[in-house]
Amino acid sequence: MNFKPDKYGYYGEFGGAFIPELLHRNVEELQQQYEGIIGDPAFQKEYADLLRDYVGRPTPLYLAKRLSEKYSTNIYLKREDLNHTGAHKINNTIGQILLAKRLGKTRIIAETGAGQHGVATATVCALMNLDCIVYMGEVDIKRQAPNVARMKLLGAKVVPATCGSKTLKDATNEAIRDWINNPEDTHYIIGSVVGPHPYPDMVARFQSVISEEIKKQLLEKTGKENPDVVIACVGGGSNAAGAFYHFLDSPDVKLIGTEAAGMGIDTGHTAATLAIGTPGVIHACKTMLMQDAYGQITEPYSISAGLDYPGIGPLHAHLHGTKRASFLSITDEEAVKAAFLLCRLEGIIPALESSHALAALEKVKFQKHETIVVNLSGRGDKDLETYMNKMNHEQN
Amino acid sequence: MSRIKELFEKKKKELVSIYFTAGFPTVDSTMQILSALQENGTDIVELGMPFSDPLADGPVIQHSSEVAIKNGMNLDLLFEQTKEMRKSISIPIVLMGYLNPLLQYGLDKFLKRAAENGFDALIIPDLPIREYEMQYKPLFEKHGLQNIFLVTPQTNEERVRHIDKISNAFIYLVSSASTTGAKDKFATEQENYFKRIASYKLNNPLLTGFGISNRQTFEQACKYTNGAIIGSAFIKALEKDNNIKSVVSNFIHSIVKEKVA
Ligand SMILES: Cc1ncc(COP(=O)(O)O)c(C=O)c1O
Repeated sequence: MNFKPDKYGYYGEFGGAFIPELLHRNVEELQQQYEGIIGDPAFQKEYADLLRDYVGRPTPLYLAKRLSEKYSTNIYLKREDLNHTGAHKINNTIGQILLAKRLGKTRIIAETGAGQHGVATATVCALMNLDCIVYMGEVDIKRQAPNVARMKLLGAKVVPATCGSKTLKDATNEAIRDWINNPEDTHYIIGSVVGPHPYPDMVARFQSVISEEIKKQLLEKTGKENPDVVIACVGGGSNAAGAFYHFLDSPDVKLIGTEAAGMGIDTGHTAATLAIGTPGVIHACKTMLMQDAYGQITEPYSISAGLDYPGIGPLHAHLHGTKRASFLSITDEEAVKAAFLLCRLEGIIPALESSHALAALEKVKFQKHETIVVNLSGRGDKDLETYMNKMNHEQN
Repeated sequence: MSRIKELFEKKKKELVSIYFTAGFPTVDSTMQILSALQENGTDIVELGMPFSDPLADGPVIQHSSEVAIKNGMNLDLLFEQTKEMRKSISIPIVLMGYLNPLLQYGLDKFLKRAAENGFDALIIPDLPIREYEMQYKPLFEKHGLQNIFLVTPQTNEERVRHIDKISNAFIYLVSSASTTGAKDKFATEQENYFKRIASYKLNNPLLTGFGISNRQTFEQACKYTNGAIIGSAFIKALEKDNNIKSVVSNFIHSIVKEKVA
């Protein structure tokens, strides 16, 4: 099976570039140039140097002993939470900012849900001295306040998206409209493996450093470069794409993505796209999405701002369709419980998004000898208020 | 001959095209607005099918779509409301909307019903030429419905000529790099762009849209193209007054010079 997109950006039936003519030139420029630019050895060196010296890569692959004991297996955490800015998102923004510079762009826009991608974008814009505008849903601005403050400190302008559910989908709409209105000087740094071709492939390549490192680190630690299972949470799907990337063609590695079920997939308050979605077009990409009978996009819900999205990257729609990966739905409650467990067992406070990956450990039976890698996509500093509310609630 | 072709044969200058969103301001205003537009001399109508996430639209049309969906407008209802429209409406009507609702409805079924009701063409901003040619073109042809493509200031000559080749109704000239929304006047940059496109001497007629709001912008657009499409400014007018007949009549006459009898 083939998990690389064709030249039009299709993974099987999913992908493509359903862009208005107004974006044609910008998107075509990216389509024609991204592979050449990324493949250039000078680019590769600059990217690798920054990942090492600025981001702090490679991130550790940590054998979580007490967690392993609890689940009677061998659980490794890929510590993307230890990256500069606290999540995997910066792997992509470093790559895209270098690309934007080579394209001669001077103004950067981005959308953000949890604020991690916004912070990672604001960070690289400060580093490269480029203007930065971040669109963020009004609801997310409230629930991820620490990240809003960080973006502002870093010199970015945070613009609230006030339409629809006022979350990630709406922030993405506003970013696309901004790009339409500024076609000459602006590069749009999309934060996940979503949007029109070439974004899903480009972002997956920048995130693929995660699985590249996992392979090396596992070989050192266990003598085998492939684990039995890789688990990652899926909003748009970038950390999962990065964690799966170099294992896609090894069918013996089981891949598990976890979606946010919110209050439950049948409650109408959910963001579990693959569980309840159908094919369609969202944000210029043919993929699975949550919609009503007339094709109006449904407003999603999750406690986790980074997973609160009614679509999913086309790669994951394809992995789901071909059954190369399996996908679980994790409720708010299950995610919070998994977060608290990691805090107490390992002394690590995970992001709410990443907690959805950890919650899979409760749902899947593992063998004693198996090697499990959970991609810990980010840290929980931004979620302290939510966690404290939940903790106080439990104590009352 | 198609209604659109016939129109452009008869009238080559200062065509007035009005966009409005079906189901706005009220769920059953669609036919009333259509009739009033025809009565007041509108040449072509673009009837918007509301979508939850209209990427190429500015705040005014976004808002009208949101209201229309809340009002209960959907494709079945729209086809029901317009079933008999050709008994009274003779001007060309183009359906405008985003791809996802059409795919969900079933593109074949959608095009069939659109053709049956007497719609003349489609504008689907997020169905670009490549995807159209790769997978959807045969369906449009099967139902005899033209897909209308956009040209923007960023579209190069080669691409404009390709669009001209595959078009068979008119070409939608987007006035500036922007989402939809009313503007007061056009800058010289835009005039230069209008002149550039006009100099290509294309086979298809051109209508200018995005940012046309008043007599000044209308006349500027008409200097280089066959007419202009007005959307946001008309919707704003509908928002202010609920007497559809008088709104439409006042609006059209604020745009077009009174014809000397
Ligand atoms: C820590 C963390 N993990 C995961 C995600 C979800 O994004 P993706 O599915 O693209 O990895 C986010 C998004 O904001 C995030 O901040």
